[in-house]
Amino acid sequence: MQGFLLSATVYLAAAVIAVPIAKRFGLGSVLGYLLAGVVIGPSVLGFVGAEGQDVMHAAEFGVVMMLFVIGLELEPALLWRLRGALLGLGAAQVAATTLAVTGAMVAFGLRWQEGLATGAIVALSSTAIVLQSLQEKGWMKSDAGEKSFAVLLFQDLAVIPILALLPLLATQAVATTGDAHGAGAWAEHLPGWQRAGVTIAAVAAIIGVGRLLVPPAFRSIAKARLRETFTAAALLLVIGIAVLMQLVGLSPALGTFLGGVVLATSEFRHELESDIEPFKGLLLGVFFMAVGASIDFALVGERLGLVLGAVAGLIVLKFAVLWGIGRVAGMARDQHLLFALALAQGGEFGFVLVSFATQNGVLGASVTGVLVAAIALSMAMTPLLLLFWERVIAPRAQAAASPEREMDRPESEHSVLIVGFGDFGSSVGRLLGAAGVECTVLDLDADRVDVLRRMGLRVYFGDASREELLRSAGIEKARIVILCVGDAAVNLALAQRIAHAFPHVRIFARAAGRLSAYELYEAGVEHVFRESVDAAMRLGADALRVLGWRAHASWRLAQTFRKRDDANTKRLAGIFRDSEAHLSEARAAIRDLERQLREDRSVPASQDDAAWDAESLRREFGAGGGPRPE
Amino acid sequence: MPRPVLILFAHPAYEKSRVHLSLAAAVRDLPAVTFHDLYEEYPDLDIDVRREQELLRAHEVVVFQHPFYWYSVPPILKQWMDLVLEHGWAYGATGRALEGKTLQVAMTAGGRDQAYGPEGFNRLTFREFLAPVEATARLCRMPFAEPWVVAGTHVITPQGVADATASYAALIRRLGEG
Repeated sequence: MQGFLLSATVYLAAAVIAVPIAKRFGLGSVLGYLLAGVVIGPSVLGFVGAEGQDVMHAAEFGVVMMLFVIGLELEPALLWRLRGALLGLGAAQVAATTLAVTGAMVAFGLRWQEGLATGAIVALSSTAIVLQSLQEKGWMKSDAGEKSFAVLLFQDLAVIPILALLPLLATQAVATTGDAHGAGAWAEHLPGWQRAGVTIAAVAAIIGVGRLLVPPAFRSIAKARLRETFTAAALLLVIGIAVLMQLVGLSPALGTFLGGVVLATSEFRHELESDIEPFKGLLLGVFFMAVGASIDFALVGERLGLVLGAVAGLIVLKFAVLWGIGRVAGMARDQHLLFALALAQGGEFGFVLVSFATQNGVLGASVTGVLVAAIALSMAMTPLLLLFWERVIAPRAQAAASPEREMDRPESEHSVLIVGFGDFGSSVGRLLGAAGVECTVLDLDADRVDVLRRMGLRVYFGDASREELLRSAGIEKARIVILCVGDAAVNLALAQRIAHAFPHVRIFARAAGRLSAYELYEAGVEHVFRESVDAAMRLGADALRVLGWRAHASWRLAQTFRKRDDANTKRLAGIFRDSEAHLSEARAAIRDLERQLREDRSVPASQDDAAWDAESLRREFGAGGGPRPE
Repeated sequence: MPRPVLILFAHPAYEKSRVHLSLAAAVRDLPAVTFHDLYEEYPDLDIDVRREQELLRAHEVVVFQHPFYWYSVPPILKQWMDLVLEHGWAYGATGRALEGKTLQVAMTAGGRDQAYGPEGFNRLTFREFLAPVEATARLCRMPFAEPWVVAGTHVITPQGVADATASYAALIRRLGEG
């Protein structure tokens, strides 16, 4: 118990210290955990030692939980849409990587069996690191994110045949017949057809139980109104699925993923998600730290050249294969690169397979030591590679746009230039069009540009952050530039650049909220429009009508309130920077709202319209006589 | 002693008006004249009462310049009267802010002079139609000047516009001289 508490203290303390620091420097939590693991590991401080491997096995459960949560969040429609990528890209990646690595290993003088085993092991990427990183950066919904996810899912499936394949590659005498991964998988001792039947039965059980039994069970637990019972039930569900999967020799992660998908349409979806989420996060964190701690720097130091060569070879080979696959799939250049960089590493299943292969006499100790170090280091490299993509490639790719599409050359020169033609921008453009004002429009969504052009609108594909594009769009002759980009940061950057480079032009900018309005005012934009204000005021006025207010009275109140609010925003723009600069954005927004509410209370918005209030008249003239306006 | 003139201009379709374009151009830059375009300032009819009262305070002559719509003022001018001329400020026992300031109506009407009078199609004179404005002036203790009217704008000639413009400019100058 003491030992457990002690190592828990070490892991938690390392996480609490390292992760905020890593995030602060923009490195992301995964890299923070990995570094923390290296620091507390045997190579540096030595707080955790040999049990690192055990911790890793326990913490792998974080991956299982992660896939459950992902399954919960996944719409079945998306999964269906990904089927092509899953089977096509996934199979191509596993097969091509395996063959490429086998070839390379044989060229270095290993036996083909060892080469093939190594190839199959490193073909698997790290679900934990890739998905956690993609989620943290919000790239899951991008093309590269979805395709990476599909490939990772396929790899999880591929573990099963690989496990079956490895014993066939044995070249050395087998010392023990135990197995690490499917420990206790009784199904393994069944004949093939029975095993297939058991596997199908297990999958059917998950779907059937998830559909029919789980919802009523959870309903009765929910009625008991015991928070921790519900949490226990959620954990039981996930662990139960994992155990069942292990019994039949399937990947537990795959099983819980399936369970998640089945429950994604149930009413307990969000409840389950929020119950599992903290466990998942913690276990994943511990898992990443264990990976960091397991890197044997002594070995790395001894055979530095070999290990570094192996890491580089692993990353380069996987990258090359993924690059080729992405190319065939016709991905846009930046997404294509992200896809290839994200998956170019060994994975947590690799560790499992390495020990399995060792026990089955496939790989010798000389290979496994280097292989484990190479997989761990390649995993540690991934967040760095993603950082490189985010900081270097993505901005350039956006500037250069996709190669198959040249920037349009707007030949017309209108006095109004609209940047960003989504919902907001197109509404503005349509209004101006109704008034007979022709606008030049720039947008970065190639599909949207095509559709709008087909409808005869003068919309051009291009990135407005490039000055020469703005010039060719006629900004020098324009009187007004209207910035309607949905991303507030991009909009602000555009405003700053245009205000600086083209001071003659009037900038009209859409602001996401109050803070973004402050920043735009600060950038010197005079015409700032908070996008939700008018809708909110109209909603509020309509709500007042339902509460019994007269239509005109509620409309007048909203009108007055909005004007005062706009004036306040403009006035506070200057103050804001001085007083709240040290706060985080969310904190500053709350502080700002607080101030607004205080001001609302001190000046009731309905003080106007005294002329329509006959109170004072009744007081003065109530006694009768005297002049009165009638 | 010059008397500052505040012209409250109310025309919902100024850009389509021939006569008012000319009239406004002749007076808007005269010294001591404030040309206050109500529909331009308050497109949503949300009149800033305090600001309007400050303007009134700062001037000695108030001119309502507008087309004659349905025998009356355009809606924004009525809204302006409703909101700005507050009890206790413009009228009532303590409302003396406008006392002694002249109110001048300067308007255009589509029909000809002959249509306005006991014998005419409309039965009443312009002054009679403007009784509510005159009564408002009286309640606010403002001398009500004889209304200045350009009639027959539906059939007006360019020469007619020029003559009216010269006459209007002269009127405003005269008012400003006190």
